[in-house]
Amino acid sequence: MSIDDLVEAVLSGKRRALARVITLIENEDPKADKILSALYKHTGKAHVIGVTGPPGSGKSTIVTRMTAEFRRRSKTVGIICVDPSSPFTGGALLGDRIRMQEHTLDREVFVRSMGTRGHLGGLSRATSDAVRVIDAFGKDIIIVETVGTGQSEVDVVELAHTVIVTDVPGSGDDIQAIKAGIMEIADIFVVNKKDLPGADKKVTEINAMLDIDPNMGMWRPPVILTNANTGEGIPELVDKIEEHMRFLVETGLLKKKGLERSKEELEQLMKYKLTRELLMKLQGTPEYEEAIQKIAERIADPYTVAERLILDFLVKFRE
Amino acid sequence: MNSSKKIRVLIAKPGLDGHDRGAKVVARALRDAGMEVIYTGLRQTPEMIVESALQEDVDCIGLSILSGAHMALFPRVMELLRKEGANDILVVGGGIIPEDDIPELKKAGIAEIFGPGTPLEDIVEYIRTHVKK
Ligand SMILES: Nc1nc2c(ncn2[C@@H]2O[C@H](COP(=O)(O)OP(=O)(O)OP(=O)(O)O)[C@@H](O)[C@H]2O)c(=O)[nH]1
Ligand SMILES: [Mg+2]
Repeated sequence: MSIDDLVEAVLSGKRRALARVITLIENEDPKADKILSALYKHTGKAHVIGVTGPPGSGKSTIVTRMTAEFRRRSKTVGIICVDPSSPFTGGALLGDRIRMQEHTLDREVFVRSMGTRGHLGGLSRATSDAVRVIDAFGKDIIIVETVGTGQSEVDVVELAHTVIVTDVPGSGDDIQAIKAGIMEIADIFVVNKKDLPGADKKVTEINAMLDIDPNMGMWRPPVILTNANTGEGIPELVDKIEEHMRFLVETGLLKKKGLERSKEELEQLMKYKLTRELLMKLQGTPEYEEAIQKIAERIADPYTVAERLILDFLVKFRE
Repeated sequence: MNSSKKIRVLIAKPGLDGHDRGAKVVARALRDAGMEVIYTGLRQTPEMIVESALQEDVDCIGLSILSGAHMALFPRVMELLRKEGANDILVVGGGIIPEDDIPELKKAGIAEIFGPGTPLEDIVEYIRTHVKK
């Protein structure tokens, strides 16, 4: 399919085209940028929700329950499940779909699993591009599940309007979680596995921590107790998600964040593209190899060489 | 710049039989060979398998079955794929499947059947060389 055909097919709701475009994004195919640029003006409508938390805390089960609740509220849903790829083989076992089977045959729900791969542009770029295509495709709600390991959840913040951090009773290591920065990013806390001992205590602990948070803004993250296996607490969770979006709109934070995000994205993209262009021109040229040699032999220094190469590039660029 | 291109495989268990040890072993072997494996769990209908495969845009579907219902379920998967115009997806089968059934399954479009004793490397190698890329 040509680029124009793919764009057209995504906009007219063809799910196979959507699936194919996400593949192009994942493969860092040059076509992906052209498609994304054509789709851009059709994006910005979906409410993007990040769900992150420790492995096994029930994220996928919560996501599937949330999806059922959103569907009851007549919302269409896109889901992206991100799991780590092996840094050694590049392979990945993506198992989140197991918990989401009840939605497979619902045409208003689209689920996609992604490995982190080790993208040049970082996880946030591939995932946020995928979110964008699903947005253009027309889903009202887009949920992104990532494991909270201390790295990827920060990326989640960049692309989500509402971040949900999940936890379970008895996981104890609260100090650890605060250190990892995972607590600070939450707009909503979910203490899942309410049926296990210590659930109420966990809620109290998180609330106590929020009480002394010096950076608390106008939105105090609610702490919601759920049992994802039975669905208990899920309607309240979805109420809070919707309330958070209203808060973002009413306070003007949505606009403000949108501007910040656009600036951040533009700068990231320029950095990425400039670096790529520059390296593609230089790598493999004798001049470049020679410069590296000289740096290694202490005949030249990398500070001066880097500056010269960039300036040369920019001058040539202007001609 | 397609360095991050990956073979994506959906491993699915159609039918009602209740254990998936074999399927999981194969899934892990494919992952260790650098593929992205989407595992969908037990008791999948052919409709669910095909829909998952389309959403995930996989290059290959691996069907595993122990219950003996393969003669009904495997061809049904192929039929649904054809209906979606997605017969470029490589479909392979595994599990307990009598020799005598294999020709008919192949005629229905299943590319290869791997019996219980098949070395994992053979499965990996077959998929790697037969997906349409
Ligand atoms: N007791 C209890 N078990 C739950 C609850 N919610 C989920 N589980 C179980 O917890 C296990 C993990 O659930 P998942 O939804 O896969 O958790 P996850 O956080 O998505 O896991 P990863 O994606 O592997 O990090 C499953 O066996 C669920 O059935 C709950 O409220 N109570
Ligand atoms: Mg999960």
